[in-house]
Amino acid sequence: MKADIRVALVGNPNTGKSTLFNTLTGLNQKIGNFPGVTVDKKTGYCQLQDGRVAEIIDLPGTYSLYPKSQDESIVFSVLADKSNPHTPDLVVVILDATNLKRNLLLYTQVADLKIPVIIALNMMDLAKKSGLIIDVDLFSKKLGVPVVCISARKSDGIDKLKAAISFANKIALQQESIDVSSIAPALIGQISHEFKLDNQYYALQLAHQHETIKFISPAESDRIEEIEQKFSFHSQKAQATETIARYNFINDLLYDTVKVPATAQEETLSNKIDKVLTHKVFGFIIFFGILLFMFQSIFSWSAYPMELIADLFVWIQSTLHQLLPAGPLTGLLVDGVIGGLSGVMVFIPQIAILFAFISVLEDTGYMSRVTFMMDKLMRKVGLNGKSVVPLIGGFACAVPSIMSTRTIENWKDRMITIMVTPLVTCSARLPIYILLIALVVPNRNVWWIINLQGLALTGMYVFSLVSAVLVAFVFKLILKGRERGYFIMEIPVYRMPRWKNVAFSMYERSKTFVLRAGKVIIAVSVILWVLASYGPGNTFEQIEKKYQQLQYTQHLKPDEISKAIKSEKLENSYAGVLGHVIEPVIKPLGFDWKIGIALITSFAAREVFVGTMATIYSVEGSAEKLGSVQQKMKAATNPDTGQPVFSLAVAFSLMMFYAFAMQCASTVAVVYRETKNWRWPAIQFAYMTVLAYTASFVAYHLLK
Amino acid sequence: MRLSDLLPGAIGIVKEFTDLEMSVKLMEMGCLPGEEVTVSRIAPLGDPIAITVSGYQLSLRKFEASTIILQ
Repeated sequence: MKADIRVALVGNPNTGKSTLFNTLTGLNQKIGNFPGVTVDKKTGYCQLQDGRVAEIIDLPGTYSLYPKSQDESIVFSVLADKSNPHTPDLVVVILDATNLKRNLLLYTQVADLKIPVIIALNMMDLAKKSGLIIDVDLFSKKLGVPVVCISARKSDGIDKLKAAISFANKIALQQESIDVSSIAPALIGQISHEFKLDNQYYALQLAHQHETIKFISPAESDRIEEIEQKFSFHSQKAQATETIARYNFINDLLYDTVKVPATAQEETLSNKIDKVLTHKVFGFIIFFGILLFMFQSIFSWSAYPMELIADLFVWIQSTLHQLLPAGPLTGLLVDGVIGGLSGVMVFIPQIAILFAFISVLEDTGYMSRVTFMMDKLMRKVGLNGKSVVPLIGGFACAVPSIMSTRTIENWKDRMITIMVTPLVTCSARLPIYILLIALVVPNRNVWWIINLQGLALTGMYVFSLVSAVLVAFVFKLILKGRERGYFIMEIPVYRMPRWKNVAFSMYERSKTFVLRAGKVIIAVSVILWVLASYGPGNTFEQIEKKYQQLQYTQHLKPDEISKAIKSEKLENSYAGVLGHVIEPVIKPLGFDWKIGIALITSFAAREVFVGTMATIYSVEGSAEKLGSVQQKMKAATNPDTGQPVFSLAVAFSLMMFYAFAMQCASTVAVVYRETKNWRWPAIQFAYMTVLAYTASFVAYHLLK
Repeated sequence: MRLSDLLPGAIGIVKEFTDLEMSVKLMEMGCLPGEEVTVSRIAPLGDPIAITVSGYQLSLRKFEASTIILQ
């Protein structure tokens, strides 16, 4: 789509910026990357009333243009880099009307960059409710910019905002907020002169940020450094002076335009809720209760949709077997591709429910309370309260969680969080656990409502958190810290979750999972099917011949013979040979060569395990007797002992292996990207593999 | 008196900071000299604390609060 005008959304965190972005663009948005950095760039398109199309860029939430994290640093770069073709024509600054003072700091900074600005005054309904009277006209006049009152949640005022965007000026008309040049007159003068800048605040920002911004050359950066030395510029002192001056301006502005109710405010609802939710005792009980409820729900709510999806795939497979002529191609499609896909697709309901829970916890503001409650505990083991968010997010997927560690300012805290996040049970492990738990743990209730399978799953999740904490503690002792940590964080008021956003996140994440996992699984399934259906040399012919001998045809029924042929073929296929090669290594863990195949194929992505199991047992099983993977695995017996392959010991040993092993290429890649050093992913891979083998070994021998 | 000495519910007015680096971060968040701060609550394990400042809630560690001197 071609955009006529480019609009950037800027605002503090928790101001409803994302909601406004979703409302303006609908589902018409895409997530990309800002060039050179790994910050998500969300863009979308919005049809204006005059027929023009606006491209909307959602910039990361920030409290000021002085970045405290990599995500925040992108805001200044996008707004200031004039040579970039993506520079916005217009900035919409979203202000939370209930919290104007702090919100206005960022506005005054953006306004001083002299880009055309519109203010979207969000949460006006809440401001009115709490008795705030804002003289919007005067406010707009004093700042010299259009102000539109909106309620992003209720989609109020969106049309007015769109109209304001289409009528926006091409030149910046906003009033000066502070006298920027007085902060460092000589320095600003010289930088403006040498770099031919007409904007003093831009010159000052260059002085502050020249070391980190990408759009100036090293030579230019060195020159700015020289100028700083010459005028003995002190970045922090200048920043302090600027911030105080800006708040003086803001206080004057608010004094004239906002009336705060004179009566003493009664205790807010948010405070009352916090008395319970962050209570000394109840706080933790409720937190663990919520986690338990979450995992119970994942199991119980998804049971029915999972059954439907499983039945659907069985139906597709049997129908295709009837419709298509029997042959290697049909086998490849039906047993290889569809068999492999079905093994993973049944887990969509669980993944969707998990993401729904996580987005509700984030959206309501509860997650920041958890951060607040856990900080001291987390610090003891070398983490940070803010590590809780990646750790809980790790339940969904380690990749975005590791990216979210950028909010942790302290280097050591952040590294430790990155190192232990992949230990947390992610959604790719969920299918494996569910499959194995369903195989060996009886599906019945103890006490009243506690389901044994749910309990086992919760156990695996708690276990993963405990191991993450223990490993973090070890890293704390090894790593040397470089700087001090901070925990200066806004605690947003409680809000009802925005169900639209929750649904959107469920849809978006499930889609990503299906597409990402689907591609790998189809590829792996095809390769695996070929490896499992063909063997080296003429071994397959020899097997066929062997079973044509009288000693077999006389004593065995035809279907027994065909089953024997199939198992022997699988064992002698390329995949079987591969499995046998690694069998000596994994035998102490209780795994046979078939599990060995699955371990190899799921090396780059855990979720492939279930698909592999499905493919292996489809190849071996007969086409007439189609069933779910679970049924097939349950029926599998060890040919030597006659005992089921998936005993309690083997199942838990496998779960331990998957709990610790770093079988995720995407995580390895993201750790490298975030740490910019191969040492970190290498250390992580090594320690996790050692832990996986040890834990698996111990589990197998304890339960055997 | 320092902010870290206040008990929950107590109100103070920020006078100055003892740490420049910390003060820049705190001031950005609306915690400036002359501003009224109330200790809203203390985390269950005794640290960090939550304060009300500039009309919203901010959490910070006891150590960080000890760099804020009150009037």
